[in-house]
Amino acid sequence: MKLAYWPGCVSRGFTPELHGSMALVAPKLGLELVELDRASCCGAGVIAEHNQELADTLNARTFALAQGVDGAAGMMNICSTCQGAQSECQERLDADSGYRDHINGTLSDQGLTYEKSGEWWNKNFMWLLVEEIGLDKLAAKVVRPLEGLRIAPFYGCYIVRPTHRLGFEAHPNRHKYLDHLIEILGAESVSYAGSHKCCGFPVITMNRATSLRQAGRHLADAIDAGADCLVTPCPLCHLNLDMQQPDAAKFVERDLDVPVLHLPQMVGLALGLEPKELGMDKHVVKTKDVQVKVAEVAAA
Amino acid sequence: MSILDKILGRDEEPADGDGPKNEAAGYTLKIRRYDPESGETAFWHEYDVDIAPERSVLDGILYAKDHEDASIGIRCSCRAAICGSCGVRINGKSALACNTRISDAQAKAGRGKPIVVEPMGNMPVLKDLIVDMDAVHWKKIQRVVPWLLPDGEPPEREYIVPAESMIDVTQSMACIQCGVCVSACLSLEVDPEFVGPAALAKAYRFVGDPRDGQTEERLRDLAEDPHGMYDCTHCFACIEVCPKDVAPMDQIMRLRRRATGDYEIKDKNNGYGHGKAFVDMIENWGTLHEAQMLPRSFGDGSMIKGQTEPGAVKQLVEALPTAIRGLKSGKVTPKAVLFHPKLPDQDNVRKIYKAIESQGERLELNLYIVADNSADEEGAMAEGTKEGLA
Ligand code: SF4
Ligand code: SF4
Ligand code: FES
Repeated sequence: MKLAYWPGCVSRGFTPELHGSMALVAPKLGLELVELDRASCCGAGVIAEHNQELADTLNARTFALAQGVDGAAGMMNICSTCQGAQSECQERLDADSGYRDHINGTLSDQGLTYEKSGEWWNKNFMWLLVEEIGLDKLAAKVVRPLEGLRIAPFYGCYIVRPTHRLGFEAHPNRHKYLDHLIEILGAESVSYAGSHKCCGFPVITMNRATSLRQAGRHLADAIDAGADCLVTPCPLCHLNLDMQQPDAAKFVERDLDVPVLHLPQMVGLALGLEPKELGMDKHVVKTKDVQVKVAEVAAA
Repeated sequence: MSILDKILGRDEEPADGDGPKNEAAGYTLKIRRYDPESGETAFWHEYDVDIAPERSVLDGILYAKDHEDASIGIRCSCRAAICGSCGVRINGKSALACNTRISDAQAKAGRGKPIVVEPMGNMPVLKDLIVDMDAVHWKKIQRVVPWLLPDGEPPEREYIVPAESMIDVTQSMACIQCGVCVSACLSLEVDPEFVGPAALAKAYRFVGDPRDGQTEERLRDLAEDPHGMYDCTHCFACIEVCPKDVAPMDQIMRLRRRATGDYEIKDKNNGYGHGKAFVDMIENWGTLHEAQMLPRSFGDGSMIKGQTEPGAVKQLVEALPTAIRGLKSGKVTPKAVLFHPKLPDQDNVRKIYKAIESQGERLELNLYIVADNSADEEGAMAEGTKEGLA
């Protein structure tokens, strides 16, 4: 399957292990990724907060670039925040032809137009795995079932709310996909209070206590529920849950020390890739215990 | 049974059609009970209720009250999503009990499982499903001065405003003060002092009102409050649950847009700096240069100020351990910190910025007001979608 691919900023900035692991996982799944190297940041909701039309135009440009990729089935992203921010812009662009024409007018001298179409889609890797590839096909590709691993799914906000904007009418189980993926790859999905709550990242520069109390609380809940690690489809969640984890521990006044995987890393492990190639040595919280468990499966 | 069937729930009992249709049917409500006067801790109790699928969860609770235990505490009046008194949590999701169909609640709970009904979150429980709205919700509403503060002498008769100028605040005026968003708010959960979604939406109702004379003061107050407009973590929970489509988070974003865009309020919470840093960086490079995010945010958007002003430098030093961890883990290289590439056609991104800035006004398509025209495809932009600049 050929895809227009939008990796986002953070996957190429502070979480390069995400971009790298996606590049290795794609061919294993038969995905041909055409990277949109001219596309700009989705705005992460912050540009829209400043000027909605600016965010809508920048994303309309990204969509137009994606629609221009010959033979692509659709567009894929690997960041929940991109998904949420882009879905919000797309909702407005699709809702009103007058508005859409106005935005396309701004893009016209670049030779770009965003075409509204019921066929075209922009899907996060998590949605794509379940809806375009299919759990049964994915299961058939597993060479190293992640048996014995207890993984806590961390969905974050942007990919589960608001449901009316995020296609839940057509796909009512989108809030369960991470659980399904964890289980189809052979691991056990851990249920805990924070799985669909906020990592706190959006206010890390504005209110550090609010931000890190959220991250710390969810990590602690996952640990108490017996998780060996967490997995998330969002690199911004990863920043707060992994990179900031030592500070989050101070805000909730307890030890944390639980590794957090990116979704493509978890998939990659089950497809036989090695932790090192998946960048699992580049986390702030060491992933050694997870690596040991995975190695045990391979040896068994 | 394959693992796939199990995951997808194909191992469950086959459904009898879609469950009972029109006649009275059986549901089980699992209600959280608590009576402070009894001296006992909270407990769960299950009630079987025989009502039709199209009836509401509130009808179910009242059925249990009538048929089994008259002491169940619940507030309600209109039964039609108007009075805003019956907020609860149903299967963990905050909602009006009278606005939630019992069969929908059953579908969410899962076949054969009880419908779980709890009091709202983020507020102390008085009894059973009744929470103390005064202690949290109404106190926060009071906090934002929820009445008009016009300038100058009052006119002899009523204040006259053109109808179009009120369109901007109609969405926030739709609020029925039910507190359901307060119950769901994920910032409030960790910061009880947060002003919160309902009160901030109410604040926008007056900030956007042309008759009010304290617009800048209101904005400054909520921008400088560490628990004000910049304490919202953008989690969409309030948008998801609000029964009246007030979309409190969107109103908070409009407060921020006014505070930064119209009044350039350089708040000490870095709200202004963070937004400006972000928007400027995309204009420069097209993608985020994360290494500059913090210094720019702490310096009201300026890299130089962020590295020289005492207040900004102090915050930078506090954030230093995180940066060092990033470098140590090998995920961030010193080169990436110093150098960030532009997009190959960054000029085209800049052109978009220029084109939009040159319009001199912010265009906002508020779907609450213009509605979704996608079906008829007529869609000329409705009047009143342009946010006026102050
Ligand atoms: S978006 Fe903001 S106000 Fe709304 S529930 Fe989340 S944190 Fe609270
Ligand atoms: S904003 Fe919505 S959920 Fe919140 S109090 Fe008003 S009506 Fe209720
Ligand atoms: S009883 Fe009035 S809103 Fe539910």
